[in-house]
Amino acid sequence: MFGWMGQILRVNLSNGQVSKLNLDIDTMSQYIGARGLGTKIFYDEVDPMVDPLSPENKIIFLTGPLTGTLAASAGRYNVVTKGPLNGTIAASNSGGAFGPEMKFAGYDGIILEGRAENPVYLWLYNDQLEIRNAEGIWGQDVVTATDLIKAATDEEAKVACIGPAGEKLVKFACIMNEYNRAAGRSGVGAVLGSKNVKAISVRGTKGVRVANSAGFLAAATDARNKLRAHPVTGQGLGAYGTNILVNILNEHGGLPVKNFSEAAVFADAEKISGEYQAEKYLVRNKSCFGCTVGCGRVAKIPKGKFKSRGEGPEYEATWAFGADLYINDFEAVSKANYLCNELGLDPITMGGTLACAVEMYQKKLIPAEDVEVPLTWGDGDLLVEMVKKTAYREGFGDKLAEGSYRLAEKYGHPEYSMTVKKQELPAYDPRGQQGIALNYATSNRGGCHVRGYMTSPEVLGVPVKVDPDSTEGKPALLKLFQDLTALCDSAGICLFTTFGIGLPEISAQIREATGVNMSDEEFLLAGERIWNLEKMFNLAAGLSAKDDRLPPRFLEEPMKGGPHKGHVVELDKMLPEYYQLRGWDEQGVPSDAKKAELGLS
Amino acid sequence: MEKNLIIQPEKCTGCRTCEMVCSFVHTGEFNPLRSRVTVFNFDKVGMAAPIVCQQCSISACMEVCPVGAISRDDNTGAMMVAHEKCLKCKMCSMACPFGATTYDPVSDIMMKCDLCGGDPQCADYCSSGAISYQDPMQANLARRRNLATKLQSVYEEVI
Repeated sequence: MFGWMGQILRVNLSNGQVSKLNLDIDTMSQYIGARGLGTKIFYDEVDPMVDPLSPENKIIFLTGPLTGTLAASAGRYNVVTKGPLNGTIAASNSGGAFGPEMKFAGYDGIILEGRAENPVYLWLYNDQLEIRNAEGIWGQDVVTATDLIKAATDEEAKVACIGPAGEKLVKFACIMNEYNRAAGRSGVGAVLGSKNVKAISVRGTKGVRVANSAGFLAAATDARNKLRAHPVTGQGLGAYGTNILVNILNEHGGLPVKNFSEAAVFADAEKISGEYQAEKYLVRNKSCFGCTVGCGRVAKIPKGKFKSRGEGPEYEATWAFGADLYINDFEAVSKANYLCNELGLDPITMGGTLACAVEMYQKKLIPAEDVEVPLTWGDGDLLVEMVKKTAYREGFGDKLAEGSYRLAEKYGHPEYSMTVKKQELPAYDPRGQQGIALNYATSNRGGCHVRGYMTSPEVLGVPVKVDPDSTEGKPALLKLFQDLTALCDSAGICLFTTFGIGLPEISAQIREATGVNMSDEEFLLAGERIWNLEKMFNLAAGLSAKDDRLPPRFLEEPMKGGPHKGHVVELDKMLPEYYQLRGWDEQGVPSDAKKAELGLS
Repeated sequence: MEKNLIIQPEKCTGCRTCEMVCSFVHTGEFNPLRSRVTVFNFDKVGMAAPIVCQQCSISACMEVCPVGAISRDDNTGAMMVAHEKCLKCKMCSMACPFGATTYDPVSDIMMKCDLCGGDPQCADYCSSGAISYQDPMQANLARRRNLATKLQSVYEEVI
């Protein structure tokens, strides 16, 4: 095989058995890799009703055919499992160089099954896999654990691990690789923790081969040149990181404030912006493997009570800890973000859950005796303290560790949880963007922006500007974005490339790398196949059309101010058309004809 | 004027594109360990540095070679290995103070930077400017200018 390594390592943690799964070209052509192939394997092997934290759940680390090559921004891998936060199919995506290193070791990925009796970590060096005792490493934060494992295995090894949050089965624990890159959402870190696996350390000495050398070099070079020439990927993201969005979304009137309860305009947006970050705290920018964009932020808070150093915060974390909690202190926001990296937490859900708690406390729906300190807006000290307490499940942190839906439900008011399918929404008020609203409602992993990033056309005007307040044409555009994103994630390249390149460039790179001679349309159809398979998993896991909804706040409470004042989400104008375009019935179930068309019957 | 590969670690974002393109043009596969240039990422602090042969004027690799298999290319200035003469004794690898000459067991040759015959692909593909191919007389002018700019701003304050 070209592009792909052709084999996946399977490790049964319960009995220590290690075997190989050989891949066939038909399956690879249909599901591409990473998110798509992972979903296919998971769908075929795991009962959709499985308890996510039981030994019967599996967790798959998987690269794409472009991972570890010269393709544009090709450093990605996906973690596919059933997520404990909301019971949907989870495909959590991360960069850095862990994915490429798995391929250099000779594998497209690793499947973990069962549960180890005691805490362990895995050490993979080419064909040799060791399951090692994690005594002395279990319990450590991400930085210490990574240092210890590199020292015990290989200084050049790439390490993916969980922090204390994953060990404590926090529902939104993430998996961190190379200290600062995260497979962040859906709680995949808790699944690893439930299996008693602290980390995977990988080192390889092999190479990745492509089918057509000259053709691949040309395709990769073309994609890279386009990214370097595009203003978003060639200038904006490198200079200001994803936080370049703070001022843009604020001016748009879409930067949610106080758990989405106020007008989506934050008075102090400038003080949490990418420009402010670059001026005051940025040390330098950093790239994941093979990336010309370099959006990573190496930053430090040089002094004061939040003195710290790390990477980020990214836009979503900055918003979740900033505007959503009404905190205008970038130093507190940064410190909380670095703690999330060190302790292994998803900052979007962390911030969203705390914001939900603050709103409910302020409305006296959470009794004062249940919390150690009053929950107030704009309190940076509270934020930092609650991040720590959540990771270790101490005090009120134990309730926060369950995510906002379970928290709000426990106090009898799930409507204050700003979630879709129990996963917290990211940093775009859906009342200011009808397309992102539809994406939230239909995303296969719930509240999420990276499944169909409608902010790109609705706010940034990339690749074309569309009216954010209009519902017209949104279902069709969203379907295209969702299918293309599924292809992009499955290829092993970064979603950010899609600011500068599209289907022709992505398809060309996969085609030349793998030698699979499919047309652009057939590659896009693979994306649609992947989307439908994810949907079919969720339906089999017990989700239904009633889960394709937004919290009532967005449907009933008009936006209180800003450019989108008075607007609500007009979901019912879009959702039926979306189902129809997808070839699903009115309950959102893929029709037999659609399944047959996609080979999913 | 002969050009050199100029390395400016302060610009390196750690993306390792240089490793990918180098290994590909020399071996036909993407393999960091078969690349002639290696990037070291210090992930914890977010710093990175590419290491590659500096084509030294006094070349330890050439001096130590027992069969005279290493010589300077007149056109590019690169130290080249004559693979047909080479014993693969690896003395050059031991002598190089940068570790920039290593043995490739896959193709059974000593591998080192050959400047791609005068068009080094690592520099071509480097988007941060950390690796550039330029007249050595011009090298580091940007750094000197940076320092000068700081001095200039101090002078502006005190004068």
